[in-house]
Amino acid sequence: MGVEFIYPEFEVVRNSSRCIACRVCERQCSNGVHTYDPDGGVMLSDESKCVNCQRCVSLCPTRALKIVKSDCVPRENANWQADTIKEIYKQANSGGVLLSSMGNPKPLPVYWDRILINASQVTNPSIDPLREPMETRVFLGKKPRKIERGEDGRLRNNLTPQLELSMPVMFSAMSYGSISYNAHKSLAEAATELGIYYNTGEGGLHEDFYVYGPNTIVQVASGRFGVHADYLGAGAAIEIKMGQGAKPGIGGHLPGTKIVGDVSRTRMIPEGSDAISPAPHHDIYSIEDLRQLVYSLKEATQYKKPVIVKVAAVHNIAAIASGIARSGADIIAIDGFRGGTGAAPTRIRDNVGIPIELALAACDTRLREEGIRNDVSLVVGGSIRSASDVVKAIALGADACYIATAALLALGCHLCRTCHTGLCNWGIATQRPELVKRLNPEIGKTRLVNLMTAWRHEIKELLGGMGINSIETLRGNRLMLRGVNMTEKELEILGISHAGE
Amino acid sequence: MKREGQTRIPSGCAVTAVISKSGERMSGGSIVESMIPMHDRSNGLGGGFAAYGIYPEHRDFYALHLFYDDEGCRRECEEYLRERFEIVDAETIPTRTMREITDEPLIWRYFVFPRRSALRSLQIDDREYIVRATMKINSTINGAYVFSCGKNMGVFKAVGYPEDVGRYYRLDEYEGYLWTAHGRYPTNTPGWWGGAHPFALLDYSVVHNGEISSYDANRRFIEMFGYKCNLQTDTEVITYIIDYLLRRQGLTLTETAAVIAAPFWDTISHRPEGERETLTYLRTVFSSLLVTGPFSIILGFEGGLMALNDRLKLRSMVVGEHGDRVYIASEEAAIRKMDPGAEDIWAPAGGEPVIVRVKEGRY
Repeated sequence: MGVEFIYPEFEVVRNSSRCIACRVCERQCSNGVHTYDPDGGVMLSDESKCVNCQRCVSLCPTRALKIVKSDCVPRENANWQADTIKEIYKQANSGGVLLSSMGNPKPLPVYWDRILINASQVTNPSIDPLREPMETRVFLGKKPRKIERGEDGRLRNNLTPQLELSMPVMFSAMSYGSISYNAHKSLAEAATELGIYYNTGEGGLHEDFYVYGPNTIVQVASGRFGVHADYLGAGAAIEIKMGQGAKPGIGGHLPGTKIVGDVSRTRMIPEGSDAISPAPHHDIYSIEDLRQLVYSLKEATQYKKPVIVKVAAVHNIAAIASGIARSGADIIAIDGFRGGTGAAPTRIRDNVGIPIELALAACDTRLREEGIRNDVSLVVGGSIRSASDVVKAIALGADACYIATAALLALGCHLCRTCHTGLCNWGIATQRPELVKRLNPEIGKTRLVNLMTAWRHEIKELLGGMGINSIETLRGNRLMLRGVNMTEKELEILGISHAGE
Repeated sequence: MKREGQTRIPSGCAVTAVISKSGERMSGGSIVESMIPMHDRSNGLGGGFAAYGIYPEHRDFYALHLFYDDEGCRRECEEYLRERFEIVDAETIPTRTMREITDEPLIWRYFVFPRRSALRSLQIDDREYIVRATMKINSTINGAYVFSCGKNMGVFKAVGYPEDVGRYYRLDEYEGYLWTAHGRYPTNTPGWWGGAHPFALLDYSVVHNGEISSYDANRRFIEMFGYKCNLQTDTEVITYIIDYLLRRQGLTLTETAAVIAAPFWDTISHRPEGERETLTYLRTVFSSLLVTGPFSIILGFEGGLMALNDRLKLRSMVVGEHGDRVYIASEEAAIRKMDPGAEDIWAPAGGEPVIVRVKEGRY
């Protein structure tokens, strides 16, 4: 205590007139906040352990609990805000790098919220998706520059392998290890039912999940965890992870507490060892090296699978994308600075990288200027929160979107941002069997399918309003967007006009 | 007000076409008349015609039709042309002075052929050379605008009602085997002659009724291949798409129609195997050239035409026949005006191309 003490961030408010001391909260809290006092017959709380995951609140049968933000904070100071002060105390206590989870929570601009979508009035008709066909199917992958004909004059299929999506959304990379077996199973089954793809992340593929291979993207990251020939052959596509929006410039972090049992076996590393991927791929120090890895992976899979290169959105992302497009990659995935993570150094998460909206617009524009936009597909992630974010991303130029945080929310995540502790009360970001079993994969799958079905309906409504009946004609259709609250420069980079223009 | 090219201008329209399958040449008088019953589909801010087979005496030369704002840009442009082309004829296009047509630019036509040495050094054919020169003039010589550049064909257009524009250009004095016509109902143009339709590139001319919702997706894709959408109109981008698919990719007309007005995936899944593969291939490879939103277009080209509706048929278009003549129009009234005896009037389905060709050797 004393100088080391930091007053807890949250307070547990228990309505004693409602509490029946059933001890559900105690059993549900992996952090050990709640205890039962047999002498007094009442529940007690240690709010210093609370992460505000809302598990106890959600399961309390009498709605006796709420978690509120503590009002015991240092004296107000616009420059030295409470979080900043607390972080300094923590570092002075520990001497360590601060760790965080999930996406950047800072109040930096969300450009999606400054972009507005068009609708048809008078000069052309809106289309009613309840009464007319409305198409959301997309194909990801390189498109040939020139058609070819056989001797009979018929068009020859000279397409390289493509990914076919029933709607332009995929579940983004989350490794087995960072999230649980049941979370992975939910994602895999939902992707299969929806006709889209989920992504293994860098932790390998559990042997039980090979059956979902046709709807799986297998990832190869700098740590090469769990990468072997069968793994590469198992998925529909291979993703080389060069970077992640939440932590550009560094590799993955998985604390040893989560490397247990099957996770250790799937990753092919010892139990309890921290899995810290190297910052760069040590066989890729330049673009020509990337080309070699792209083709090595293609060779290893007989050119039957498209290769995705995933990069974090950083300052010169347009030039990087141009390089990747010429590297033989079929798809470029760009992850914006608000992208989620299971664990990242706080300073990096909150300060490195750029918004996905600007990165996407810059890349799409650059690839078109160079005439190579059709050589690759563009997939963007890093905080796609809703169907309207998807529509705006497609109109800016994306072929499809990656979502991860939204998918986890559907599974029950309450964004408490403590995944790195491995104590997820919702059974998602944990490897403790008693917690993992709280997530029922059957229900998880249904909720993911529901979410995507709802988004698909909303996408169709928005498309119809614009007089569009196929997602393809929204792609890069920036005239359908207008900006508000933006500078000339921001509009210029996004390639859109201001509202009213 | 901003004119075409400075802003995007949507417009509604009327379209008409007549073709003689035996290649018989018809005076332009009749198609001009056809626009009268559709008067209310235009608003006096643009009308025009494309005529094929009208310059048989210069059939081997490209006929460039140009608007000039003034003598200065004419001299500049002619200097550009002289350096790059053999010019066999240069003249003003004959017009009639009329109360209904005002603010005329200078209107010239040139019959030209690219200099052989230029073709050799650029390693391109004469058609590509014409396309590049047209793009160059229209985007760099201020006040000069090439609005027609095909062989043995020409576009005539102006600000005004189409029936007046036809009389202004004395189209009854021309004879062609194929005519298309357009009356325009733009919503916010100040009335610039270059913004009227048809829009043409080489021998492809397009008249279009509708406002496409895919415009910017199409534009941003096609501009990767050297096209510059200077006018920001639907017709312009559709013409470039057609040129790209037909001439540069070598697709057939039917394949081109299957890209622009692609069948729905559900429809494709019910087609026989070979056709299903072809349609899937075309939709996958050229997905950015799908055109959505309402349109009825008539594409004219040397020796024929193709009429096409958007896949939901959000714009009217009917076809009729009589003898060797085929008529296409936004409204049946226009066909009746040209030929009261026209038979078998029918409405093509959305996305169903109507292709009519003149007998080989007759044009």
